[in-house]
Amino acid sequence: MIKVVFFAALREQLNCAELTIAANEVSTVADIKKQLANKNEHWQQVFSNGALLSAVNHDMVNAETQVKAGDEIAFFPPVTGG
Amino acid sequence: MSTAKDYISIQAEDFDLSNEVSLLEQNNMHDGAVVTFTGRVRNKNDGLQVSALTLEHYPGMTEKSLEKILNTARQRWKIGRIRVIHRIGKLNIGEQIVFVGVSSMHRQDAFAAAEFIMDFLKVQAPFWKKELTEQGEKWLDAKQSDQHKAQHWES
Repeated sequence: MIKVVFFAALREQLNCAELTIAANEVSTVADIKKQLANKNEHWQQVFSNGALLSAVNHDMVNAETQVKAGDEIAFFPPVTGG
Repeated sequence: MSTAKDYISIQAEDFDLSNEVSLLEQNNMHDGAVVTFTGRVRNKNDGLQVSALTLEHYPGMTEKSLEKILNTARQRWKIGRIRVIHRIGKLNIGEQIVFVGVSSMHRQDAFAAAEFIMDFLKVQAPFWKKELTEQGEKWLDAKQSDQHKAQHWES
């Protein structure tokens, strides 16, 4: 399984903090995003936001990054700390 | 990995500036410079009155991303000690949000490293601010100017 977590405005828009997906159905971060967007029209719209960032195992990554079973993938809006 | 001289804290509690400066100075006779930056909650943002904000972060990734930023700073400048504190949870106007303190032998390294750390914390560390304004709650939008500030270190 792959654990997927969401933060901040994205978590609120989806009304979901985390979920799991089967590792054999996806090979990259982009695949995961596509699968999430296919859930329904609302998720489709939320994930059409090109500004969303992603991380794999706590490192910022791009869409082509490979994922495997046991990984933790995060999606979130651009950061605004400091 | 960061050295034992780097202290990173993500905490709800407030911090005391003089305590933090002491941490940088205690038993440290070779550094002649200490530079500190404190970020606070402003009462206005984007033309709206702000009364408080809530800070969320991504536990685990936050620490990892800050360690990476500190390591990069250490490769670039000759630095003694580094102290970074970022608060989370609900903060009222005027309250302290973030602290960056750097010690070095000479002032130039500490000045540059402190600014570098803040600039990259702003665009890479996974924190998000939600403001409580006169028009209700609102997640802050990231600023393009912060991206430019971080990018200018690459040139």
